[in-house]
Amino acid sequence: MKLITAIIKPFKLEEVRAALTDLGLQGMTVTEVKGYGRQKGHTEIYRGAEYAVNFLPKIKIEIVVPSAQVDKALEAIQSAAKTGQIGDGKIFVSPIEHTVRIRTGESDDNAL
Amino acid sequence: MKFNHLKRLAALASAATAVSLLTALPAFAQEAAAEAPKLDTGDTAWMLTSTALVLMMTVPGLACFYAGMVRKKNVLSVMMKIFATCCLMTIMWMVVGYSLAFTEGGDWNAYLGGFSKVFLAGMGKESMSGTIPESVFMTFQMTFAIITPALIVGAIVDRMKFSTLLVFMAIWVVVVYAPITHWVWGGGFLGDDGVLDFAGGTVVHINAGIAGLVAAIVLGRRKGYGQENMAPYNLTLTVIGASLLWVGWFGFNAGSAVAANGSAGMAMAVTQIATAAAALAWMFSEWLVHGKPSVLGIASGAVAGLVAITPASGFVDPKGALIIGLAAGVGCYIFSTGVKRALGYDDSLDVFGVHAVGGIIGAILTGVFAVEAIGGTAGLLEGNFAQVPIQVWGVIATIVWSGVATFVILIVLKVIMGIRVSEPQEVEGLDLALHDESLH
Repeated sequence: MKLITAIIKPFKLEEVRAALTDLGLQGMTVTEVKGYGRQKGHTEIYRGAEYAVNFLPKIKIEIVVPSAQVDKALEAIQSAAKTGQIGDGKIFVSPIEHTVRIRTGESDDNAL
Repeated sequence: MKFNHLKRLAALASAATAVSLLTALPAFAQEAAAEAPKLDTGDTAWMLTSTALVLMMTVPGLACFYAGMVRKKNVLSVMMKIFATCCLMTIMWMVVGYSLAFTEGGDWNAYLGGFSKVFLAGMGKESMSGTIPESVFMTFQMTFAIITPALIVGAIVDRMKFSTLLVFMAIWVVVVYAPITHWVWGGGFLGDDGVLDFAGGTVVHINAGIAGLVAAIVLGRRKGYGQENMAPYNLTLTVIGASLLWVGWFGFNAGSAVAANGSAGMAMAVTQIATAAAALAWMFSEWLVHGKPSVLGIASGAVAGLVAITPASGFVDPKGALIIGLAAGVGCYIFSTGVKRALGYDDSLDVFGVHAVGGIIGAILTGVFAVEAIGGTAGLLEGNFAQVPIQVWGVIATIVWSGVATFVILIVLKVIMGIRVSEPQEVEGLDLALHDESLH
């Protein structure tokens, strides 16, 4: 099992969700986050007072998938979230040791 | 042909006689009314409406306008300050404010009214003020005594102690607001000197703007001013607030005719024109300087226009209003952005930059653009060179009394009870620190 953590542009969430659902993956966790990478921030001006806004709003998706499906999932996320502009985000993959479904007690791949 | 001319002349003459008789009739009626004031239902209906409109300017108008511009941790504290000021000023006006502003003050009448109507003594159902019940006039003026101190709140947000604010407001309305109101509208020296202030350019806006500047300087800047991000919490609140102010201002300006007549109608028309002109002027100024027009800018410009047309509204024609609006939009933009930052004072929500500057522009330009056929007094453009100096005199008198008295009150309160919250409270935000509440 692998944990896929993807930071994407907020308006791309629905496309990414649809692409992952098409692969038969069930469920994901989504968080509204702020951050910056190469895109950096922007400037806001209120009655002449300028403020540098360094952290931009992004969406963080977390999804745990069976190891065999990792490559397909990565491909789906990348193609759905890509605009080609700076600030499209990043995807991280990390190993998961153990998974339990709380309702039934099923574990690992059966719990995904 | 000649006969026809004669006939026409005769017809004209008889028409003129009829017109002069007709115009004389209301004059007789007015003389009679002066002896025994007669209630006019149209005037009364409009003044009841105006009173409600002006109250709407403060709650919710000004409360939303200001609350949207502060940081999230101070939004409720700003609404609380405005709401509490509204309640407290109502009581102060009932107890003593109205009497000091609008009664005969004996030997001191040039400067202050008397105590004959303390606790609204003698104001009954039948009491009249011109053609409307005195109860309506008193309440209409009460809404002005509410919004003027409430305007000052914009200069002291995020850092003033709530307890001290209440004491300050209670003293200020008696020591500063009531006397200046008496000077201009209550039979005092500025009115006698011929200062034109239709709806409160000096009494309300210059007064509140100067008091705000003094308060901002005595309090000092917000912690982190110029370094931390102090971007507004929610400008939709501010735009709604500005819009409520705009609508309510028809009660303020057209209501200041204290009648449902042509003067009120013209005040309404010029108010709308000046407001739109100032909003556009601010928007285009910002567009030129920063490259983009902003919603905070156009809303601020509208308020600047409303302020500037306030003293002029019963005296100028639409062309004058257009120029007053344009001047206020550009002038207030410059003072609320460049001048404020250059001088370094933290008039947080630009009470000085919008209300004092807009009020001064409007008060002085009233002396330029006043039209005799509209308000009974000619301005500079109609050859009355004396009016501008009179207007300047009104502005100076207001600035001096408001500035000095506000300063003294605040310094005394600073020594007695302190005027600023502690630094940890300021960092935490006043919603939690002072009211145990917060936005979620």
